[in-house]
Parts: sequence; C-alpha cells; structure tokens
Amino acid sequence: MPIADAEQRVTFTLNGREQALLVEPRRTLLDALRHDLELTGTKKVCDMGDCGACTVIVDGRAMYACLLLAIDCDGREIRTIEGVAQGDALDPLQQAFIEHDAFQCGFCTSGQIMSLRALLDAHPNASEEQIRTAVSGNICRCGAYPNIVAAGKRAAELMRENSTAAGSASDHIAMQAGGR
Amino acid sequence: MPAFHVSVKGSGKDATVAVQEGDALAPWPADADLAAVGKPYSRREGRQKVTGRARYAYDVRMPRQLYARVLRSPHPHARIVQIDASKAEALSGVHAVLTVENAPEIPWYGDSQVFSRVLHCIGDEVAAVAAESEEVADDALRLIEVTYEPLPFVSDLEAAIGPGAPKAREDVEREGNLADDPKIYDRGDTESAFAQADIMVDRVFHTASAAHNSLEPHGATAYWDGENLTLYSSTQSVFTVRQQVAEALGLPEHHVRVIMEHMGGGFGAKQIAWKHDVLAALLSKQSGRPVQMMLDRRAENLAVGHRPSTHQRVQLAARRDGTLLGIRAEIAQARGAYLTGGEASNVSGMYQTLYRCENVHIEERSYHVNIGPAVAFRAPGHVEAAFALEQAMDELARALEMDPIALRRTNYAEVDQLSDKPFTLPEGLRLCYDAVAPEWESARRQRSAPDGTVRRGLGFAAHDWVGGGGHPPGYAWIELQEDGTANVITGTQDIGTGTRTGLSQVAAEALGLSVDRIAFRLGDTGTGPYAPVSSGSATQSTIGPAIRDAASEVVRQLLDAASTIMEIPASRLSVRENAILVDGDASRATPVEQITSQLGPHTIQGRGARTDNPASKSVRTFGAQFAEVDVDTTTGDVRVVRIVTAHDIGRIVNPTIVDSQIIGGVTQGVGFAMTEGQVIDHALGRVMNANLEEYKVPTVGDVPEIRHLHIDVADTEANSTGAKGVGEPPLVPTAPAIANAIYDAVGIRLDANPFSRRRLLDALAATGSSHQEEPGA
Repeated sequence: MPIADAEQRVTFTLNGREQALLVEPRRTLLDALRHDLELTGTKKVCDMGDCGACTVIVDGRAMYACLLLAIDCDGREIRTIEGVAQGDALDPLQQAFIEHDAFQCGFCTSGQIMSLRALLDAHPNASEEQIRTAVSGNICRCGAYPNIVAAGKRAAELMRENSTAAGSASDHIAMQAGGR
Repeated sequence: MPAFHVSVKGSGKDATVAVQEGDALAPWPADADLAAVGKPYSRREGRQKVTGRARYAYDVRMPRQLYARVLRSPHPHARIVQIDASKAEALSGVHAVLTVENAPEIPWYGDSQVFSRVLHCIGDEVAAVAAESEEVADDALRLIEVTYEPLPFVSDLEAAIGPGAPKAREDVEREGNLADDPKIYDRGDTESAFAQADIMVDRVFHTASAAHNSLEPHGATAYWDGENLTLYSSTQSVFTVRQQVAEALGLPEHHVRVIMEHMGGGFGAKQIAWKHDVLAALLSKQSGRPVQMMLDRRAENLAVGHRPSTHQRVQLAARRDGTLLGIRAEIAQARGAYLTGGEASNVSGMYQTLYRCENVHIEERSYHVNIGPAVAFRAPGHVEAAFALEQAMDELARALEMDPIALRRTNYAEVDQLSDKPFTLPEGLRLCYDAVAPEWESARRQRSAPDGTVRRGLGFAAHDWVGGGGHPPGYAWIELQEDGTANVITGTQDIGTGTRTGLSQVAAEALGLSVDRIAFRLGDTGTGPYAPVSSGSATQSTIGPAIRDAASEVVRQLLDAASTIMEIPASRLSVRENAILVDGDASRATPVEQITSQLGPHTIQGRGARTDNPASKSVRTFGAQFAEVDVDTTTGDVRVVRIVTAHDIGRIVNPTIVDSQIIGGVTQGVGFAMTEGQVIDHALGRVMNANLEEYKVPTVGDVPEIRHLHIDVADTEANSTGAKGVGEPPLVPTAPAIANAIYDAVGIRLDANPFSRRRLLDALAATGSSHQEEPGA
C-alpha cells in the first residue's frame, strides 16, 4: 500500500529563476509544475510518455515532464512554455504558430512548441526532416501537423532574420565604435 | 415578425408560438463584396494558446481546491455485494467519499443511476474520492474494499446478437440485447427492383469502435457559493450540462452556472453532461471545497464514449447503365452498456439520401454489449455508413466498368429523399464532383507503374451529411460602446474549431467594424444568451445569423443617431470599416466613435436570434474525395500518399481555419482507416488498448499531402450568412476512399478497419493461395 512519504526539498532553475520546492518523492515534474507552481501551460494528457503534451526543456533537451520525478530535477535547468515569450514579445515559434494556424484546440501546442524550441536552440538551421522528427513524439488530435511543420520552418526563418538584423545592428555599432 | 415553429413539450404535437424575434434578414448575396468575411484572420485566442495561458477546465485552480478520482469496475458485468469505504474516509487528506451506499439516487443514462449496484462495463463508476491531491485520492481508492459478484457478460457484437447470448443489461426488458427499437425504413419496392437488376453487389463490412481521445480529458471543476453551483466543464454544450446537472441535483437552472473558456478537443464526446459533472458537484458539496475531477487517459478511453462498432450488409441493384434500382442494408451497431443521448449514430441516413434511388430498404438495430457507452463521434453514423456504401459503390463501378465519379453522377440526388424537399444548394455535390474530377483523371493518367513490390492505387468516395446547416434556436447580444468598440455575447462554445474568429468576422461584417474592435464572449451560461450544443457542424451556421440579426439592430440605431447628429436622412447612411458613409461615399466618412461618443454613457444594444431553417428545403453538406496510396505487397505496408478533397460547406468565412478543419478531419479519417480501433479481448470483456500507447492516433509522419479544393459557393437559401459547417464532413469519405485505393492497387477488398499490415498480409496470402473472388459476385 503506497503511503505518502515525507516531502523533500528540491531546487532547480525554472525559466531563468531559482525555484525551491517541497514535494513528495512520487510527484512528477509535471504535477509539480501544474499543482505546486500553478504553471498550467504544460499539459497532462496521457501521463505515461505517449503524447508529448507535457514536453518541457530540461538542461537543453526536450523531455516529457510526466516521466520525470520532481525530486530528480534538483540542480537542473527547466524551461516551460511560460518561459518562452519575453514579456509581451512572442518567441518566433509562437509567432509562427499563430501565423500558420498550427493549432486548433491548443491542448498539444505547449508541447509542440517546447519540442521545437529545444530543436531550434540546438540547430538554428534545422531541416524539415529534423523538424518532423522533433515533433514526432507530440500528438495533435486535431491534426494540425502540416501547419506545425510549416510553423517550425517559418520560426527558423524568423530566427535567421532576427539574427541577421541583430548581426548587422552590432556591425553598425562596431563601425561606429571603430570610427571614434 | 417571424415566429418560431416549436414543438410544445409534453403534448407531442407541433404548435406555432410567437417568440421574441427580429426581422428575417435577406441573405448576403452570393457575390457580395464582404470586408471581413472570407478573409484569413488568425485565431483570436492564438496568443493565449501559444503562451500556455489559455485556461482549460483542467487548468482551473481555486483556493483550497481538491482533486477527485474515481474507482472503476474491474469487471465487465458484476453486482456489488459489499462495499466498505471506511478506510478511505479515514485517510489523511481525504475530504469526501461517495459510493452507492451514501450517494443520493440520481437517475443517469435514462435507465441507470450515477452509482448503481450492478456494473455493466469495465470502467463503470464504483466510488469517487476528493482529496488534497490526485495522489492521495488514488491512495484512498486503493483502500476501498469491494466484493463483486461477477455476472455473465458479452462484449462482442456478433455474440450479443446471437441466440442465447448473456444479457449485457439484465435490467433492460427488451428482446435479447436489443438496446432500442429496430429502425426499419422502406421506400418503393426493393423486391422487384432487385429482380429487375442487371447487376448486383452484396457485401458485408465491419467498422471498429474508435475512441475520440481528445487530448484534454473529460472533466469538471465544481464549487458552491451557498445554493449556487459553478461548474467549469470541458464540454461542447454549456447549456446542456447546466440543464442536465440542474435536473440531476434538483436545482433550478439559475442556480447552476457552467463555464467553458477553452477546450482541448471533444469531437462529439463532450456534447452531453457526464457523471463527472455531477460527481464533482456532489463531492464539492460534501467537502465544502472546490473539487476538480478530470478523467485519466484510461477512463477517457473506457467510460466516456467511442464511435460504436458496426456490421453492415449492403446490397446494391443497378441497371447496365449504372442507374441504381435498389439499395438494401442490414445494420447492427454495438452501443455499449448505456444509451447516452445526444446525437445518435444514425447509420441508415446516408443510404437513404446520398444517391437517387426509388427503392430502399434499411434495417438498423442497436445492441447493448458490456463495454463503455458509445457516443457521437464526428459525423456519427455517416462515417460508418460511408465505409460500407462507398466501398459497395466502388464494387458496382468496377462491375459496370464505369468511372466511379460517372457512376455517382448517374445517380445524382437533387432532392432530400427522406423529406421530398429539394436541397438548399442542389448543385452542391455536383460542384464537388466537378472540382475533384480533373484532379482524379490526371492522377489516373499519371499513375506510376509498379515499382518492385510497391503498387500505387487510387480510390474515390463521396458523402453527404445531415449537419452543417445549423440547429436553431440560438441567440446573440451586442453592445456598441462609447468608443466605437463592440461586445458580442453569445452562449455558444469555441471547441477548438475557431468559433471566436469566424463569428467575430460575421460580427465585424454586419456591424461595419474591423475585427479588432470586437470583443467576443462565449462559453458561459452566466452571461448567456442561450446557444445550442456545438455539434453537427452547426455553430457557425446557427450563431452567425443570430449575430448578424443583432448587428442589424445595432446598425439601425447607430444610423438613426448619426442621422440626427449629422442631419442627413438615415436612408443615405451606411457603416463600413469603422466609419459612417454618406451615399456609400468613402471620402465622406465619419468615424463611428464620433457618433457613439456623443451618445455616451448611453450605449447601443442589439439582440438577435437565429430563425428557423427553411421549411420547404433541406440543408445538407456534401463532399467528394479521392485517395492515392502505395501498397507494399511484401510488407503489407500502406502509405497514404495524397488526399484530394472538395466540400460544399457554403460560403467560406475564414479560408485558413476551414483548411485547418479539412486537414484535421481528413487526418482523423486516415487514423480511422489505418490505425485506430479499440482492441477488445472478448474472453475478458476488456478493451486492451485504453491508452495512447496502443490506441494509435496519427502522428506527424502519418499525414499524407492533403489538398483542399475550395468550392466557396454561398448557400443563400440555408441562412442569412450563406455559410454552413465544416467540422465533420472532411473525414466522412476518407476511409472508404483509402479502401478503394487499396483495392485499386492490389485487388484486395478490406472489409474491416483499421487496414493494418496484418490484415493486408493475411488477405494477400489468401489471394495467393485461393481463387480471387470476382468483384460484385
């Protein structure tokens, strides 16, 4: 008969800020996010690693939060859908999802975006094949898949545009500095 | 003033009762130059959904909220001999426990109870617990001691039909396992039609029970404020849940408020109240705290609906020239343990209406079996019927050596043969054939030669659907505010289909405002006004005209006010793109807010209603679709390469969202054809794949190229916006189109879905060793 064990303390970085938490050893990272931290953007669907709706980024890798115990996340760096936009400024992926109508009900969307965010962090020039592979573990029951792939490609494009823009801007600053 | 034609409750007879009404509006002309309608606006709730801020029923968090879990029957049919929940009640962190021993007797499913002493399927509710966390609630469930007396059961449809089968419902007094009165339909004289036929097709098909598997499970969060109950439910119908929950709890409806802001998929399964709506309310009452009860994935697969499995024998009789002389069908469907209400899976429908045929005889019977209850699933009945009828039509075309589209054109119906009324857009299906035919012919010409063991095949299927035309009544209110922005309020739901966006476009169009000036409120019985269930592809076509009606009232008042202020007769004024124009002249534009601000703090109010559907015509949606597949004859692997599809859905309000609906619907059709189906161990009465690991819904790699050929012809006879619904149609013809393509590729007629490698390899092996049956024989 399982009985509640004493809560344990765990500390991790959550969306860039240190987060301490007391949780039962059996509590998953998913439930810790959704219940203890009230970050409900990460969704619970299958709770057994089949659907990808709970995907978060842990130490740079897309992972299913339902398959991780919260206490195993001590010292790790966790990013959730709530940490993707910068204030009111949407992430290129979020913009592209809206632009390409890459969701209907939206329940899988957080997971899709986190899978692609992890891919594009590691491979800013990801190919369509890599984009497809990145979301191959994310079920969308509404069937927005072609638009999700299109949004992934568009986000990569937006990121390149942004970095080119940022690049030329910094060149400009460098030139000014050089001219001084 | 138009009146509603209403059926007076209890009397069983129709009566015409005058109900609050506006004027019946002339429809927007088919070639109207519309500003907002027809444009690809992105979804209005997009930002909330991509940032994780959209609040679903699952995401409701209230102070001191508890979490509830349900103990479910491990037996397909059993009597509870004894149940002891005392240890669960005593567990720390548990705040409420309900079982048949302490719960009020509440009728459910028409002929059962919320808690019953006899359980009729694995997954039936035995007990419910509310606790500090889901984990503690699960601990409590394990402490509940139940003694069951197993009863004889039957889960297989064939076995349930057979003589001497165990009674799935020992408490239902019908012959055998019949769940309902048989539906016998007869027109003309099929006997002589079949006697006169040059050619006949006689086939039996089986469709699998398919699980909706919406990603957000069913569930609700309940809290009480005195005698007032608020329920955040994951539902397609806030007003249906309100009515059913109020009735179950003996409350007047104004003491129950049901809210649904965003929903993670429903596909038909969330169109009624389910036991969890009542259980959450009861547990909340008992504990004095908010209670959230969301189902887990297993329960989602077992207890809250699936598409019923069917057996269908189809017989077609035709003349040499392809004229259909007779259609016969004998249909059996497995309804599970209970009849759930909502839309029933009417499998007979398509046989009666899709093709012109004078002689039709249909017998449809529903049976109880000891698995969970079936419920409407996206185009209920028509998906199942299309699977059989459209494969039989393919057989007929082959036997006649006719092109499958030509055969269907030969038997074109311009009249709804059930009601003898013409369709509102009689050319609707023909437009679909016309759109698809050139692509079909070109695909046939370009079909690649067999490449090693891979064979390319093409298959066609058509469909009609009773939905899409809307089911009135439905209401909308609009308030035009001091600053020239508008609140549009309606009690309908956005179930993920883009309702907020499509209806905002109708509001913007009708008000002459830009979409960004519209705030759209829905999904709350507390703000109303009444709107029907979001099912039957009906939301846009039901509520759109109500909004237009309300807007016309607002515009009338606005122009009256403008007329007084501008000293120009109202008849010369119009409103377009946020401005009041004189004689339609955009160069003499007065901003709307210039008028409304002078009225402040008064605002302009409009209310609108959806009038009845046309009395003398029948509203339908139609579609035509073909599939291109590659079949590997050594591995049995079928790759769906491409789906090309056209649909008569009336005026397209938002082409992007419609394309998304088509792509998503076809994708579910591909799932139904290729991978989806509940695997039931009939020796155990157990669904073996009640999870997303083994119940295979399509993933990104399973989706073919999907090409949607827009028809976009306004159905001006259907309603004042000319738009019909698109939610259900796209998947109806997909599975038979794929089946017909597989036949085209390898000459194998798969009579049952899903088209697994095993099924195909078995069939290939059988044809290799035995003489292949002639099509149509």
